[in-house]
Amino acid sequence: MSIKIALAGNPNSGKTTMFNTLTGSNQQVGNWPGVTVDKKEGILKGHPDVIIQDLPGIYSLSPYSLEEVVTREYLVKEKPDAILNIVDGTNIERNLYLTTQLLELGIPVVVAVNMIDVVRKKGDSLDLEQLSKAFKCPFLETSALEGEGGLEAAELAVTLAEEKKPIRVPAVFSGSLEHAVAHIEEEIEDVVEHKFLRWYALKLFERDIKVQEELNLSEETLEHINKHIIECEEELEDDAESIVINQRYEYITALTAKAVKKHSLEQDSTSNKIDNIVTNRILALPIFALIMFLVYYISISTVGDFLTEWTNETLFGEIISPNLQEWLENMAVSDWLVGLIIDGIVAGVGAVIGFVPQMLVLFCMLAILEDIGYMARVAFIMDKLFRKLGLSGKSFIPLLVASGCGVPGVMASRTVEQERDRRMTIMTTCFIPCSAKMPMIGLFSGAIFNNSGLVATSAYFVGIGAVIVSGIILKKTKLFAGDPAPFVMELPQYHMPIATNILKTTMERGISFIKKAGTIILVSSIVLWFLQAFGYVDGSLEMVDEADESILAVIGNTIAPLFYPLGFGTWQATVATFTGLIAKENVVGTFGVLYGFAEVAEDGEEIWSNLAKDFTFLSAYSFLIFNLLCAPCFAAMGAIKREMNNAKWTWIALGYMTGFAYVCAFIFYQLGSFVTGGEFDMFTALASIAVAGMLYLLFRAPYNGEKQVG
Amino acid sequence: MKTLRDAHVGETLKVVSLTGAGPVKRRIMDMGITKGIELYVRKVAPLGDPIELTVRGYELTLRKVDAEMINVE
Repeated sequence: MSIKIALAGNPNSGKTTMFNTLTGSNQQVGNWPGVTVDKKEGILKGHPDVIIQDLPGIYSLSPYSLEEVVTREYLVKEKPDAILNIVDGTNIERNLYLTTQLLELGIPVVVAVNMIDVVRKKGDSLDLEQLSKAFKCPFLETSALEGEGGLEAAELAVTLAEEKKPIRVPAVFSGSLEHAVAHIEEEIEDVVEHKFLRWYALKLFERDIKVQEELNLSEETLEHINKHIIECEEELEDDAESIVINQRYEYITALTAKAVKKHSLEQDSTSNKIDNIVTNRILALPIFALIMFLVYYISISTVGDFLTEWTNETLFGEIISPNLQEWLENMAVSDWLVGLIIDGIVAGVGAVIGFVPQMLVLFCMLAILEDIGYMARVAFIMDKLFRKLGLSGKSFIPLLVASGCGVPGVMASRTVEQERDRRMTIMTTCFIPCSAKMPMIGLFSGAIFNNSGLVATSAYFVGIGAVIVSGIILKKTKLFAGDPAPFVMELPQYHMPIATNILKTTMERGISFIKKAGTIILVSSIVLWFLQAFGYVDGSLEMVDEADESILAVIGNTIAPLFYPLGFGTWQATVATFTGLIAKENVVGTFGVLYGFAEVAEDGEEIWSNLAKDFTFLSAYSFLIFNLLCAPCFAAMGAIKREMNNAKWTWIALGYMTGFAYVCAFIFYQLGSFVTGGEFDMFTALASIAVAGMLYLLFRAPYNGEKQVG
Repeated sequence: MKTLRDAHVGETLKVVSLTGAGPVKRRIMDMGITKGIELYVRKVAPLGDPIELTVRGYELTLRKVDAEMINVE
C-alpha cells in the first residue's frame, strides 16, 4: 500500500523547491477537478511507495479562496497519511498561523522550518525544541535550496504516517472558546468521523458556510450550535471568526517571543533596499516599462520571433513540407491524401509547434519574474489602473504579449492568481491586435484607405477600447458577480532565480500547451482544410481546384447574408473570415485566391483594385473591426480552452468575443452609413438600440442578486 | 477614530480594531493584521494606491479602501 504525504505551506515558503528536491523528475502535473489550480504529485526519491502531493500555496484554511477550498477538500476528503508543512523560517509568525490550522485536521504533521540557511546568515536563532513541545509535533530545520534536511523531514512524515498514533492538538485557544467548541463537538459527534471532529467543530464555530452546507445539520442542531457561539461572542465581545483568528495569532506571538531570537536590529534587508528603488514612487514606472520592454523584446520581437519564424518557414516550410510532399508523390500516393497530410496535418502540427519556441522563451521570462518576486510588484504597481476593469494588475502582461501574439498572451494569464480575474483576462486579451492581423490591416489600408498609417494605429485603439468596454460590461454581469477577491497580497522577498524551478515551470507550461491546445488546433485545421479542398461537383464529393467550388464557398454563400448588416455580405469576405480562423494572416491570401491570384504579396497589393470595387470606406473598416475582435485563430482558441480548462467558459469566451465583434461592426457600419447621408431604416434603428443597450450595460449598477445557498 | 487609510508613509501604528466583515476582513486578519499588532507604513504605489505595510516582519500590500477597515492609533 502506498503512503500519501501532502506538502502544505504558505506561498513563497520554498514549497516548490522542496517539492522538486523531494521528487526529482518523478512528477505529474494535472488540474484539481473543475478548477484551474495546478495539481502536482510525485514519488519521493528512494521511496517508490511514497507519493508526495503538492498542495496550492495558502495562508489559511478559510472558505473564501479557491486554493484554500481545494486544499481543505483534499485534506478532509482524500485523507493523506501525513502532512509535511513547509514553514518559512525567516517569516515564522505568519507561517505558523497555517500550522495551527493544519494541526486540527487529525492528520500527523511534520513541520519543516525552511530557508534555515537565510535565518542563520542573518544571525537569528530559532528554538525548535520549544516550538515542537508547544505544537506537539516534530519541527525540523531544512533548506530546500541547499538540499538540507528535506528528505529527513519527508521520511519522518512517513514514519509518523505508519505509526498511526493518536494526534494531540496544541493548547491554542482560551477557556471560553474551548468550552463552546466542546459543546459543538457533542452536537455533531454522530455526523462526522471522529478524527475530524475538532476541525468540523471549529469550522462550525467560525460559521464556515462550506462546512454548514456539507454537514446538512438539522435546524435544531444549528440553533443549539448558534447559541454556544453567541454566548462565546458575547463574553469575548467580538465575532466568532475574529475570536478564532485573534487567539491563534496571540498564541503564536507569545510563543515566538520566547522561541525566536532576532539578531538583526531593524536593519533594512537587501530585499527592502532593492524594493526601495524598484517600487519607488518616481522610478517604479520607468523601471516597470523597461522590464516590460525587455520581456516583449526578447520573447516576441527578437529571440522568440526568430525561433517561430525559423520553425514555420524553414523547418516546416522548406524542410519538412517539400521533402515530405516529394516523397509522397514519388510513392504515388493519391492527391487527396497528399493534400490531407501536407495541407491538413503537417500545416496543423506546424501551427502548434511553430508557437512553442516563442512560448518557451516567454514562459521562461515570466517564470523568472515570478521566481525573483517581481511579479507581485507588477500587481502592486498596476493594480489601480486595472481594477476598474475587473482585471488584475498582472493582466498587463498578457495584454502586452498579445500585441505580439494572442496565443502566448492567453497562456501568460496563468500568472493571474484569482480565477475570476484570470477568466476576464483571457476573454479580453485577444482583442489586442496581434502581429498576424497586421497583413490584413495592411491590405485594407492599401486598398481602401490610401495606405494611411492611421488605420493600423486606430486598430490598437479599437483593441484597447474593446478591452476597457468589455471589462466594465463583463464585471457587472452575473457571470462575474459576487464578492471581489480581496487584494491583500504578500510582497515576497526578492531572491536570486533558481534555475531548476524556472526550467521546470517553463517545460510544464510548454507541454501543457502542446497537449491541451495542440489537439484542438490540429483537428480544426484539418476540418477547415477539408472544407476548403473538397466540393460537390456534379453531385459527387471530390477535390476541387477552384476555390468557389469548395464546400467552404457553399458555406460562405449561405452565411454571407448574416454579414450583410455589417456591410460585407459577400461570400469572399465570409470565406476570408473563416480561413482567418486558421491564422489571421490567411485573410490576405484567401482574398487573393478568391479574386483569382495564385499568390499575393504580404499586403496583397495585386488585389487592391478588386477590393476597392467590393468595399467602401465603411464596409472595409467594419470588416476590420469584426475580424480584429471576433473569435481568434484556432491556436488562440486552443490556448483559451487550455487556460479556461472548462468547456462552458471556453464557449462563453468565444461567443462573447464574436458577439461583441458583430455588435461593434454593426453599430459602426449602420450609424456610419446614416451619418454619411444614408437613409434611416430598420438597421439604423436597430443599431441605435444596440448603442443604447451597450450604454446601459456600461453604466448600470453591478449585478447584485441574492446568492443562493446550497 | 483614525483608520489606516489616513496614515502617512513612514508612520508606525498600532491596530486598535477591525471593522467590516466577510472575505476581505478574514483575509486581512489571516495575513496577520490583528488587534494590538504594530504596522509600519512603508510606501504608497506610484499611482497612489495600494499601500505597502510591514507587518509581523514581512511586506504586505492592500488597497486604501480596505485599509479603511483597520482602526489604528
